[in-house]
Amino acid sequence: MSLSLERLGRYNPEKPLENRLTDMGPRHYWEYFPPVIKNNYGKWAYHDILEPGVMVHVSETGDKVFTVRCGAARFMTVELVREICEIADKHCDGYVRFTTRNNIEFMVDSSDKLEALKKDLASRKFVSGSFKFPIGGTGAGVTNIVHTQGFIHCHTPATDASSMVKSVADELFDYFTGMTLPAKVRVSMACCLNMCGAVHCSDIAMLGYHRKPPIIDHEIISKVCEIPLAITACPVGAISPDKTKDGGKTVKIKGERCMFCGNCYTMCQALPLADKEGDGVTILAGGKISNRISEPKFSKVVVPWLPNNFPRFPEVVETVKKIINAYANDANKYERLGDWAERIGWEKFFEKTGLEFTEHLLDDYRLAYDTWRTSTQFKYTDAAWAVSKAAGGIE
Amino acid sequence: MTFEPKEPKKEIKYDQVRIYTDAELNNYTEEELKNFKIKYDIPDVEELEKGPWPSFVADAKQAALHRRKLADDRMLIDRDVIEDMLGQLQVSFNDGETHWKHGGIVGVFGYGGGVIGRYSDLPEKFPSIAHFHTIRLNQPASKCYNTDFLRTLCDLWEYRGSGLLNLHGSTGDIILLGTTTEQLEPIFFEATHVLDQDIGGSGSNLRTPSCCIGKARCEWACIDTQEMCYEMTNYYQDELHRPAFPYKFKFKFDGCPMGCVASIARSDMSFIGTWRDDIRIDQEAVKAYIAGDLTPNAGAHGGKEWGKFDIQKEVIERCPTGCMEMVDGELKIDNANCTRCMHCIAVMPRALRPGTDTGVSILLGAKAPILDGAQMATLAVPFMKAEPPYDNIKELIEKIWELWMEEGRNRERLGELIQRMTLPKFMETIGLPPMPQMVKAPRSNPYILWKEEDVPGGWKRSIEDYRARHKR
Repeated sequence: MSLSLERLGRYNPEKPLENRLTDMGPRHYWEYFPPVIKNNYGKWAYHDILEPGVMVHVSETGDKVFTVRCGAARFMTVELVREICEIADKHCDGYVRFTTRNNIEFMVDSSDKLEALKKDLASRKFVSGSFKFPIGGTGAGVTNIVHTQGFIHCHTPATDASSMVKSVADELFDYFTGMTLPAKVRVSMACCLNMCGAVHCSDIAMLGYHRKPPIIDHEIISKVCEIPLAITACPVGAISPDKTKDGGKTVKIKGERCMFCGNCYTMCQALPLADKEGDGVTILAGGKISNRISEPKFSKVVVPWLPNNFPRFPEVVETVKKIINAYANDANKYERLGDWAERIGWEKFFEKTGLEFTEHLLDDYRLAYDTWRTSTQFKYTDAAWAVSKAAGGIE
Repeated sequence: MTFEPKEPKKEIKYDQVRIYTDAELNNYTEEELKNFKIKYDIPDVEELEKGPWPSFVADAKQAALHRRKLADDRMLIDRDVIEDMLGQLQVSFNDGETHWKHGGIVGVFGYGGGVIGRYSDLPEKFPSIAHFHTIRLNQPASKCYNTDFLRTLCDLWEYRGSGLLNLHGSTGDIILLGTTTEQLEPIFFEATHVLDQDIGGSGSNLRTPSCCIGKARCEWACIDTQEMCYEMTNYYQDELHRPAFPYKFKFKFDGCPMGCVASIARSDMSFIGTWRDDIRIDQEAVKAYIAGDLTPNAGAHGGKEWGKFDIQKEVIERCPTGCMEMVDGELKIDNANCTRCMHCIAVMPRALRPGTDTGVSILLGAKAPILDGAQMATLAVPFMKAEPPYDNIKELIEKIWELWMEEGRNRERLGELIQRMTLPKFMETIGLPPMPQMVKAPRSNPYILWKEEDVPGGWKRSIEDYRARHKR
């Protein structure tokens, strides 16, 4: 059956159930494995990273598969996908895969094919000069920055995603094409607290953040929202029922209670939060999901807010670079960013990265006490001397 | 070992199903692309064409030019969709605010998930993206494709949609960005009949399950993540497509504790492959690492000179449980004290391998911050065999769903429910006995919620009896 050219295809709105197929699930993975993968499924013995972005996996049967990993923008067009197909047809018998972090992986079964593939990939650039398929993203480096939709397709973002990721990835390019870091560094981006990208366990996370409580659209709120739902949507109880001047139903909001999660807006479109001056970017650091050496851990907020400086976000880029460079200079081999920060102590993390510690980094939300220090085991830094001075303890 | 699908899947031959001719697919030159300007002035958006990292703007412009040069009858939604999308992006940069509207319920007949309504709030200015809905397509496990499938998808999506997509969304689906309400049913019909391919999940449903690359190309996979992901996806199609839950529910399948699909942070039910026997050791290969004949960590640190490999410093002293030592030139592992963190295996992949008696650890309740704050998954089942058809695991899943659907509040994720009803109550309700592995440490507060049945004689007492012993 070929793709239909009819305006409504084979769908007949008069008889929506006619010839309808449902609940068939995805295509079966086995159809899309290259022969070398099928023949060695479950038999892989070991792997080596031959150079940044190039891996070989060796099977117990002696077979080898060579993988070239390329970075890509997650947002792409059919034109780029067709070019990916052209490369896959030319070098990889028509097979290609994508990784969880939106890299593209081309696989070949011999080292001869590998060289031609690498050369082809390296030669492809957009007319404006960017690489189409930069090779890298393996081992002790930075791989693709996963992210969310931002201004391209989302209705709740506090910042843009694709532009920020492009700007940061341009600056971290050498860490993508190289493996010079103490361990892998996973950088992630989400354009609001809803975190479709689940960035809360990344080595470095960039997070779009609103700072103004919702505006109430009194005129339509009772028509477009279930008001009780909007009230219960608030996890801190900042929203309560109210009446408009002419006696209609609406809500009122205690601004000082709001922590800007946006859940009320998700439930009720009459409560928008977005604002040019209020919105910005929060930076978190030190999370991981692997169980290797230390347990998985959350990222911690290290910069409470940076401005949305479209389209290149110089303050965000600068901050991410500061963190990575301090880590690269100071951490031990195999030590993830969060493990490094814990070993040296977070007070030293702020000293070594040069990031400012502000009142917004003292937790004031639920279970905050868990993050407060209850010991005399601390290290002296300039921030400590400033407090001693303020308390009248030293000259 | 083969894993053919239980029901035969239709093979797609692009040449037999395609819409566009080769001439139409190659309808612009590099010279034209260099000189191409979209219909709006977008200086900030165009700034993002510079720099070495792949530029989504340069890519979008290619597709915009391609679209502009197609004949009028070769696309069913507006020609200008990409140019309008870029134009609106520039306005969003100027305004510092998004211009996508909230809300709008659209979908395909009989499904409650898989399609997300999207409308521009500047429809007069950017009419071709006034309706710009998303369709989520359920990706094949671990995101492998052949070009016949991808090219067919491209033709379908260029003809009936914007030609813009995500490979892939965070949850795993192929995200098709931007079409009109009219084209939703036709696209669904073509996807199911021609691509033999269903849509994914959205809303208060089981979301599209996803997995790591597993046994297809990884020596550490302790379970068949792809098989398990495929089976669970198909077995629970109803839950994937028809909202019956309090909120979203995610399954993710990691082949080993390295967690490449991040299940421990992102899924309500996290399946992580593990083993319960001993780490396999090749002592000759251990010696080869020590002698410097093999590259440690599979070459992951190849970009910097870290000095000669030191097994004591890099493996034995970094073992979080201190369960390794060298005895008479041989590496010994006290497996009973190993927590399977896999650092030693990752540093010396040719010498050490996971055991062969494998299964899954199951953890529950991970989520991003909305609503009640971010949660990591909590260990519920330390080890469970995971063999097709996974009846033991399905039984556990259904017990958990039954409880969550009964007790969960609107928009309450499983992790939040567990917090609200307490871990001991939750475990008791789903029939799991307590174990020290469920906690990092036992509780430090002694405010124990004893139940009446825990105490001999219950709670009913008489004040008269008490007063018989104690004057008022």
